Amino acid sequence: MTRLSQARSESVFKDFKPAYDANHAVVEANRCLYCIEAPCQIACPTKIDIPQFIRRIATDNVKNSAKTILSSNILGMSCARVCPVEVLCVGACVYNEMNQPPIQIGKLQRYATDLALEKGWRFFEAGEDSGRSVGLVGAGPASLAAAHELRRHGHAVTVYDKRDVVGGLNTWGVAPYKLRAEDALAEVDYVLGIGGIDVQLGIEVGDGEFSDLSWADLEAKHDAVFLGFGLGEDSGLDVPGLDLAGVHGAVDFIECFKTGSVDLSWARHAVVIGGGNTAVDAVRELKGLGVAEVSLVYRGTEAGMSGYQHEWKAAKVEGVRASWRSQPLAFLGSERLLSIHCARLGDDKQPTGDTYTIAADLALLAIGQGKLGKIIAGLDGIETKWGRVVVDETGATGRPGWFAGGDCTNGGKEVVNAVAEGKAAAAAIHAYVTRTNATGGA
Amino acid sequence: MATKKPDLTSNTAGIISPNPFWLASAPPTNSGPQIMRAFEAGWGGAVWKTLGQPVQNVSSRFGGLNYNGKRNIGFNNIELITDRPLESNFREIREVKREFPNHALIISLMVETEKEWEDIIARTVDAGADGLELNYGCPHGMCERGMGSAVGQEPEVNKRLTGWAKKYAEKYSPGLPVLVKLTPNVGDIVPNGLAAQAGNADGVSLINTIKSIIGLDIDNFVPVPTVGGKSSNGGYCGAAVKPIALHMVGALARDPRFNIPISGIGGVANWRDAVEFILMGSSSVQVCTEVMLKGYRIVEDMICGLEEYMISHDFQTIDEMVGKAVPQFSNWGDLDLNYEVIAKIDADKCIGCYDCVVACNDGAHQCMFVAEPGADGVVAKRVPIIDESECVGCNLCQIVCPVPDCISMVQVDNGHAPSTWNQHLAGEGQLRYKKGSH
Ligand SMILES: Cc1cc2nc3c(=O)[nH]c(=O)nc-3n(C[C@H](O)[C@H](O)[C@H](O)COP(=O)(O)OP(=O)(O)OC[C@H]3O[C@@H](n4cnc5c(N)ncnc54)[C@H](O)[C@@H]3O)c2cc1C
Ligand SMILES: Cc1cc2nc3c(=O)[nH]c(=O)nc-3n(C[C@H](O)[C@H](O)[C@H](O)COP(=O)(O)O)c2cc1C
Ligand code: SF4
Repeated sequence: MTRLSQARSESVFKDFKPAYDANHAVVEANRCLYCIEAPCQIACPTKIDIPQFIRRIATDNVKNSAKTILSSNILGMSCARVCPVEVLCVGACVYNEMNQPPIQIGKLQRYATDLALEKGWRFFEAGEDSGRSVGLVGAGPASLAAAHELRRHGHAVTVYDKRDVVGGLNTWGVAPYKLRAEDALAEVDYVLGIGGIDVQLGIEVGDGEFSDLSWADLEAKHDAVFLGFGLGEDSGLDVPGLDLAGVHGAVDFIECFKTGSVDLSWARHAVVIGGGNTAVDAVRELKGLGVAEVSLVYRGTEAGMSGYQHEWKAAKVEGVRASWRSQPLAFLGSERLLSIHCARLGDDKQPTGDTYTIAADLALLAIGQGKLGKIIAGLDGIETKWGRVVVDETGATGRPGWFAGGDCTNGGKEVVNAVAEGKAAAAAIHAYVTRTNATGGA
Repeated sequence: MATKKPDLTSNTAGIISPNPFWLASAPPTNSGPQIMRAFEAGWGGAVWKTLGQPVQNVSSRFGGLNYNGKRNIGFNNIELITDRPLESNFREIREVKREFPNHALIISLMVETEKEWEDIIARTVDAGADGLELNYGCPHGMCERGMGSAVGQEPEVNKRLTGWAKKYAEKYSPGLPVLVKLTPNVGDIVPNGLAAQAGNADGVSLINTIKSIIGLDIDNFVPVPTVGGKSSNGGYCGAAVKPIALHMVGALARDPRFNIPISGIGGVANWRDAVEFILMGSSSVQVCTEVMLKGYRIVEDMICGLEEYMISHDFQTIDEMVGKAVPQFSNWGDLDLNYEVIAKIDADKCIGCYDCVVACNDGAHQCMFVAEPGADGVVAKRVPIIDESECVGCNLCQIVCPVPDCISMVQVDNGHAPSTWNQHLAGEGQLRYKKGSH
C-alpha cells in the first residue's frame, strides 16, 4: 500500500541499542526479579504485564511472551524501540534501588516482538461483523491501536490519512537509530493483518481549503469517529531570515530524510534551535548524516531542557555542542543561510543585551509543533483548549459519537501514550456504537 | 491458527485435574484460602500440606543454596507436617471442594498406628478429598518419630501401611485413589515403588526431599538454618534436585514390574521441566520450591508453554505424552559403543576464551590446543585446534563453551556396525578402536 523510496538517507543509521540474541535475552530475562505490583508495569502507559512476558522469555516460551506484550499493546514492537524506557519501565525497575543495572525491558520486549513479526505469529482475530462502522482520522499510533481494537469487536473500520504514508510519526518522525521507516511499516502491516481495516491515504479530512472529506461527510459515513490527527507543522519564530535557503522546520526536515533522501554534502555548520526531544533527535540525526559541526541553541539551561537527559548525553558523546541561554535574533545571509545572530539571555530568560553571531549553513527549528485543534474547533460540541481537543478520561469529546486520542489531545507525548489512549477510546467507542442505533450516522 | 487446542486434562490414577500442574504438599498448600488462590491462578490440583498429629515447628526453617551469584538454585527446610488444628484443615478442605469441584484436591497424610490411619482417613474422606497421598518421605524430624522416611525406606513397612490406608480408604470411600509419596533417601527407588504397588496403592508421587545440609555458618561453626545456635539436617529440593528426581521417576517408569501411575515432583520450575517429567512417565507434576520463591502465578507460563509444546509436537492429550521418552532410557550395556561423535568448532563464532582448551586438557583427554602464532609471531585468530584423532566425544568442551552453537558434537562414520557391551559380552559384534586410552 505504502511505497517507500528505496534511497532513503535514514538507511545510514545503525541501531543505537542493538538487538539481543537468544542467549543474551535469556540471561537478561533471568535477572528479572518477577516483582508483583511491579513498578515497571505501573510505569507503562499501556500496562504491559512486564514480569510475565519476561518470565516467558526466561523459560523459552517466547511466542507466549509476545502474546502477553501485544495483548496490552499491539504496537509493542515499535514501543520497545522508541519508548523512553529510561524514564518509564526501566527507570522504575527495583534494581535501580540497589544501584545495579536495571532490567533492559525495552530490549527484551523487542526480542519477543521482533520474533513475532518475523515468524508471523498472530494472536488476535477480527470479531464477528457488528454492522457498525467507525471512521478514524490520521493513521498514526493512536488510530492504529484504536482500529485494531475495534476490529476485534467486529466493527467496520476506515482510517484516513492526509499523507501517502501510513504509521504517523512512527514512520516519518522518530529517529532512525531507534526505528527505521521500513520497520514501522512492517509493524503497520502486522497490525493490519487482523483484516478489515480500510486505510485511505491521501485523504485530508476537514473543512479546509484542501480537504478531501468534510467533517459532515465523515460523520454521515460512520457510526462513530475517532480523531487521531496528531500535531501540526513546526512552529516558526518571529525573526528575519526564515525564508533563507538552509532554514527548515525540524520535523519537516526529519520527514524528508526518513521517507526520501537529502543531500547534506554541502553542510558544514548545522544549528538546531530548541531544547526538547525533537531538537535532541535532530542534532544526533545531523551528526549521523555526516554534518561535521552540529550545535544546539537553546534559551534555557542544560539542566532545564525538556529533552531527555539520557538522549542529550548520547548526543554529547557523538560530538554535539550547545549554546545555552541563547536565542536567535536573525538568520543572516543572501539567499542561503550563512550565520545566525543570537542574543544571550539571563536567568530570567530576558536578553542581557549581549549578542553574538555563529556560522551556520543549515538551521532547523525545533521549538515545537502547532496544535491542530483549530481544524475542528467550529464543530458543535467539540471543545479545544490551547489547540488540543478536549476529551474525558474515556476519550470522548463533547460531541456524541466523537472520540479522540494521541498527540492531538495530550499535546504531544510519546507513541506509547497514543497507543494507550487509542485503545481506551476504542473501548468507549465500542460501548457507544453497541448501544446506539447503527443507522443514520453518529 | 487452524491447529486444535490441545487438551491439558490429566488423569493420575483416576484423579482428574484440568491440567497436570499440582501444588506439592508444602507451605503453598497450608490452608484453604491459599489453595483457592492457587486454583484461581490456574493450578489444576493441590496436595494439602500433610495432616497428622499437629506439630510444633522450629523458628528459622529454610536455607537457600546460591551458586555463582544466582540465588536459590537449591533449597532446604527443616519444617515438619501441619501445625494447624485438624478441624481447621478439614473445614477448609470442605470449602475448597465446594468452590472448586473440578480441581483435584489430594490430602497428604502421615500418622503411625493402624487406628490413627483409620481415624484420619475417615475424617479426610468425610471432608471431601479426591484422593489421598501417604507421606513416607519427610527426611527430618518425623523420621526420628518413626514416620516419614523411616517408613519410606523400609519396603515391608511401606507395604503394610499402604495396605492399611487402602483398606480404610475403600471402607469409607470405595474407589478413592491412594498415592504413596516416596522418599529419595534410598539406594534404589524401585523396591520402594514396588512395595507401594504391592500394598495396593493406585499410584506413587516422587520425590520428597533429599537429606541435606545446605551450608554452614563458618563464623559460628554451625550448619544453617540455625535454631538457637544449632541446626539439624533438612530436606533438599528446588531446581538442583531435578536430575535426581527425573532419574527416580524414569527408573520406576521403565521397570516392567511397575505399572501404576506416577505424579512427578522435584525441581519443577517451568513448563519445560514439566514436559520432561511427563515424557519420563509422570501423569501429573507437582511443584513446591519454585512456588515458594516466585508465587502461584508461575503456572500461567507453565500452562501456555505446555500448550505451545503440545501444538508444536502434535500432541492432543497429556496421555499421548506420558512416558514417551521411557523406551529411550536404556541400560548402559545396551548403548552402541561404536557410535562416535567428535567436537567441531565454528571458528566464526569462537571468541577465543580457551575455556574448552583448559577443560579438555585438565578435565578430559588433552586433544585441544591453543592456536599457534604465525611466522610473524602473532596469533592470527584465537581459535582452538582439535586433534580429532584423539577426541573421545565426551561433550566437555561444548558444555563449558559460553557461545551457543559454537562447538557442536558431530557424528563420524567409522565404518563399524552398531555393537553394545552386552552384545560384546555375548560374543557378538565388533567394537571399534578405543580412542584416547593410550
Ligand atoms: C521528531 C519526533 C520524534 C519523536 N520521537 C519519539 C520517540 O522516540 N519515542 C516516542 O515514544 N515518541 C516520539 N515522538 C512522539 C510520537 O511520535 C507521537 O507521540 C505519536 O506518534 C503520536 O501518535 P498520534 O497517532 O497521536 O499522531 P501522529 O503519529 O502524529 O499521527 C497523526 C496522523 O494524522 C495525519 N493527519 C493529520 N491531520 C489530518 C487530517 N486533517 N486528515 C487526515 N489525516 C491527518 C497525519 O498525516 C499523521 O499521519 C516523536 C515525535 C516527533 C515529532
Ligand atoms: C518447606 C517445605 C515443606 C514441605 N513439607 C512437606 C510436607 O508436609 N509433606 C510432604 O509430603 N512434602 C513436603 N515437602 C516436600 C515437597 O512437597 C516436595 O516433595 C519437594 O520439595 C520437592 O519438590 P520441589 O523441588 O518442587 O520443591 C516440603 C518441602 C518444603 C520445601
Ligand atoms: S517470609 Fe513471612 S513468615 Fe517467613 S520470615 Fe519472612 S515475614 Fe516471617
